[in-house]
Amino acid sequence: MENTLLNYVLRIADTNLIMGHRLSEWCGHGPELEEDIALINIALDQVGQARSLYQYASDIDGKNKGENWYAYHRNEREFYNHLICELPNGDYAQTLVKTLYFDVYNYFFYKELQNSKDEFLAGFAVKSLKEVSYHHRHSGEWTIRLGDGTEVSHSKMKEALEYVYPYTGELFEMDELDHEMLNQGIGVDLTKVKAQAEERLKSILDEATLSQPEGAWFQSGGKKGIHTEHLGYILAEMQYLPRTYPEAVW
Amino acid sequence: MKAEVSDDIKAVWRLLEQVPDPEVPVLSVIDLGVVRKVEFDENKHFTITITPTYSGCPAMQVIEEDIKKIMAKNNFELKEIVTTLSPPWTTDWLSEEGKKKLQAYGIAPPEDETVDKSALFPEPKKITCPRCKSKNTELVSQFGSTACKALHKCLDCLEPFDYFKCL
Repeated sequence: MENTLLNYVLRIADTNLIMGHRLSEWCGHGPELEEDIALINIALDQVGQARSLYQYASDIDGKNKGENWYAYHRNEREFYNHLICELPNGDYAQTLVKTLYFDVYNYFFYKELQNSKDEFLAGFAVKSLKEVSYHHRHSGEWTIRLGDGTEVSHSKMKEALEYVYPYTGELFEMDELDHEMLNQGIGVDLTKVKAQAEERLKSILDEATLSQPEGAWFQSGGKKGIHTEHLGYILAEMQYLPRTYPEAVW
Repeated sequence: MKAEVSDDIKAVWRLLEQVPDPEVPVLSVIDLGVVRKVEFDENKHFTITITPTYSGCPAMQVIEEDIKKIMAKNNFELKEIVTTLSPPWTTDWLSEEGKKKLQAYGIAPPEDETVDKSALFPEPKKITCPRCKSKNTELVSQFGSTACKALHKCLDCLEPFDYFKCL
């Protein structure tokens, strides 16, 4: 029971850490100053959420590993984030489409998680939902602006949708762990999240004069530790310092 | 005995009024509502419970250090600082005093953002410019210089300003 909870918590934590870490790569490269700041603020929220969860994971595990151990001392196969998080930022359209799907998913995921029987997760979800509401609004408004923008911005958004879409199915996929956690009243029913997210995505994409690609085959595996080739590079960069200098402190 | 005990708690609360928020130094951690509880055990060892404004707020560590320092300097024994996420911090906890200080500092304090819930992304409310008090302002970005602020611009005095956004 404890291990299932630990794995479930790590999935949510890893997803946020990798999403936030990728977004933070925009620091100093945003298309305009306000957007640079916005993306980094969002990344900060996501990494912050991951930190709370890693601390909780450490408490569940009871071996006093601490939050940093989970971020810095595990390998690819021990990371359980969704694949969509590790996709490269690409151009601004690609980043936006990634964040749009992720933010809408996360918004409804946290909405459901607020009812978790696990007191920590419920409290965490209430807190994080407030932050994600701002993220969701950011990616939603930009999707509308660029989708319904110029010919160039529209075609870039369309291309980005085609690239990102095959990685969105995994967000709503229920596996054994999800079922187990749902049965215990701790986890979230992703079919409910899917229904709400699809409706919201449709209204945003409609307004953006975009549409979801049809008949895509969905990639999955991240939740079980099977990743794209991108995650290893992220970890190599992120973990280099603490692995090389384990005693390093600020 | 009892009276003396609660005096100590009050003294610690008052002491914490001297701990500033490192990013908005005009506010104390008390104004901000970041300190949730002050307790002590039979040996008068204090436990202070704090909550972050945003999950990733980088100020939390500095705040903890500052609390440790000020407690030690004033000969209060600190057992631990506990961080809690629940109930989540809200701008409603910002004291009236704090809102006035923000305004004087040039940051627009949070306003009740009653908006049209039927729209997909409702128009943001017009925030009052902290300098010239005009309501003729516009939102530049929901994300500002720190996690807790949005960036607005006054269309009358033309100054950009930070707005402490509702959470």
